[in-house]
Amino acid sequence: MLSSARLLFAPLALSLGLCGLAPASAQEPATPPAAPGIAPSETHIGLIYRPEPAPSSYDAEAVPEDEGVAGARMAVKDNNNTGRFTKQTYVLDEVALAGDKAGDKDGVAAARDLAGRGIRYLVVALPAAELLAIADALKGQGVTIFNIAAPDDRLRGADCRRNVFHVLPSRAMQTDALAQFFTLMRWRKMFLIVGPGENDRLYADAFKNAARKFALKINAEKPWTFGPLAKARGDTPTRSEAMVFTRGLDYDIAVVADEAGDWGDYVPFRTVDPRPVAGTQGLIATTWHPMLETWGAAQAQNRFRRQAGRLMRPLDYQAWAAVRSVGEAATQKKTADPAVLAPYFADPGFSLPAYKGVSLSYRPWDHQLRQPIIVVQPKAMVSVAPEQGFTHQRTPLDTLGIDLPETTCKFPD
Amino acid sequence: MSRGDRAHVSGSVLGLALLAGTVLAGFSLACPAQAYTVYVTNEKGNSVSVIDTETMAVTGTWKVGRRPRGVTTSRDGKELFVCASDDDRIDVLDTSTGKVVRSLRSGPDPEQFILGPQGNLLYVANEDDSQVTVIDIEKNKVMAEVPVGVEPEGMGLSPDGKILVNTSETTNMAHFIDTTTFAVIDNVLVDARPRFAEFTADGKYLWVSAEVGGTISVIDVAARRVIKKITFKIPSVNDEAIQPVGIRITKDGSKAFVALGPANRIAVIDAKSYAVEKYLPVGQRVWQLAFTPDQKLLFSTNGSSNDISVVDVAAEKVVKSIPVGLLPWGVTVSPN
Repeated sequence: MLSSARLLFAPLALSLGLCGLAPASAQEPATPPAAPGIAPSETHIGLIYRPEPAPSSYDAEAVPEDEGVAGARMAVKDNNNTGRFTKQTYVLDEVALAGDKAGDKDGVAAARDLAGRGIRYLVVALPAAELLAIADALKGQGVTIFNIAAPDDRLRGADCRRNVFHVLPSRAMQTDALAQFFTLMRWRKMFLIVGPGENDRLYADAFKNAARKFALKINAEKPWTFGPLAKARGDTPTRSEAMVFTRGLDYDIAVVADEAGDWGDYVPFRTVDPRPVAGTQGLIATTWHPMLETWGAAQAQNRFRRQAGRLMRPLDYQAWAAVRSVGEAATQKKTADPAVLAPYFADPGFSLPAYKGVSLSYRPWDHQLRQPIIVVQPKAMVSVAPEQGFTHQRTPLDTLGIDLPETTCKFPD
Repeated sequence: MSRGDRAHVSGSVLGLALLAGTVLAGFSLACPAQAYTVYVTNEKGNSVSVIDTETMAVTGTWKVGRRPRGVTTSRDGKELFVCASDDDRIDVLDTSTGKVVRSLRSGPDPEQFILGPQGNLLYVANEDDSQVTVIDIEKNKVMAEVPVGVEPEGMGLSPDGKILVNTSETTNMAHFIDTTTFAVIDNVLVDARPRFAEFTADGKYLWVSAEVGGTISVIDVAARRVIKKITFKIPSVNDEAIQPVGIRITKDGSKAFVALGPANRIAVIDAKSYAVEKYLPVGQRVWQLAFTPDQKLLFSTNGSSNDISVVDVAAEKVVKSIPVGLLPWGVTVSPN
């Protein structure tokens, strides 16, 4: 059942990706004659993503072309496996946007097209602005959107939307996870290094909030001005400025804000004083890692590797959790009816087991998935936040990120 | 698991160790015939630790395939079956020599299994492959493959051998399988991540643990309906840390013991009223449980502290902890 469904829809997804670019077809969502009617027993889940440009001839850690997509495919398979017993069938409709980042229009066109075909669940792996444009374009159409790639706190705050659920942790959650670990280790003095990107500034802002929350001290903050040294070849002469700019500072740990991954990996072992490095590189806070094997994660790692032929990455996990949210809600409510499920995702009764030892659920005040966050270095798990001793009247998971009293989210009606 | 907890556990274990010596000496005097052998699979040690219940000491460590998890003995106790999950096979050991004498074709990633009532069939949960495999032990032949939910794990067999139950950890169901037709006859939705299924001795009820859900579902077997959900509350332990896995119910149907994972405790439950009576502190991350055939002792595998705890069933007390290999997972006790 599943494999035939996959074969059927692969070419369709391809053609959608192309026609999504043409504004004319986007204006007429009902037109594509090739689109088969959705059988009433089938639940279609749309996935909109933009594949990374092809890597250079040798890149040890190139982003795979199917990043995220492979996780969604595994989740659809998992949903269908359970669906055999609940008489539910799931189909994934993949839309790959053109790689040239033509603006936010193609994402909206693709989303309109999918919604026009009756699809009521969309998994979106796009930056904040594009995600927001899609959410607003589909407002009031009964479509639930899962954000799996934009960590921006504004999407959970001032720019929150009722039709959007956030699977990946916000920057606030990621930096809170690290701050809790530093607190546990009694590393209190921070040296914050901020990259040139807008996202780097947002990450640094989130970290500063986390530092305030957990009483850590930012003893020094400097911008990174030496370019993408982590991407330079190994025989590039060492840039002495990049080494000496860490001189004369009093800190326990350096925190790098480099979401693009351009230079953060250059910092470890190059600081004047021997200090560990954390943040977007070094010791990181994330949703998934090849080193995670507890809580059944080993099974998910194996299953993914067998299906995708590579290691599972955080975006794959986030896509998996989004698609599984639909499957799990449908199992729990015994229907895949979007009118029943849309309000249920934020219901306290909803719970998603997702290889983290506890059930995950969406916070009703901002639709953020509450979840343990793994704190990990490249070759070993280091810790899992929330750390022991951080307690909360609701659940320790709510010690990470923006809590109900602080939220600035007011869902526009 | 806080450090305080750990200290408490080892403290009580230490304190009871002396007592255990006397208690056990008492046992061996009172019932000299019955010394059993306990087998513990060490998931990361790729070995089986062998423990003598009379001396309460490890008498051997046997090498087996990779990632050994589920473990059980043949009816006569002469053979030990071990799921070597990462080698996609079941190792059969001669319990007189501790050597692997042959391996069974189990299908991929065998995790847990249960021996059929005649002792000739093994029902195996293939965790990575969403199926249950039925193996004829003598012929080393796959008799049936039954598709079930995602990540099948728990295996329970009704006392009459007619109904096999498998729990699937990601589908969150107890699948009822007819052992004559090998068809799935019903599915009962339980809470998140069901790990273990145990029938009561009268065959009327099935207990299913939900590790992430934090509950035990008691299912009426005839109606195939959840009639009771047992929940747990332990002062000073986060609700999230209460993760039920292994279940054992006494033959007389009076008491149930449930291993609570990282809560580092075994719950003692009145199996008639479903009231949780007490929590026994054991080692860290307690998963699987096994009685001695006389049900005087209960053993628990404590994965994170690399030991097993010994519970005096009548006294409802932990009497000893015994260090074993790396990441103890499964436990079984010889029938004789």
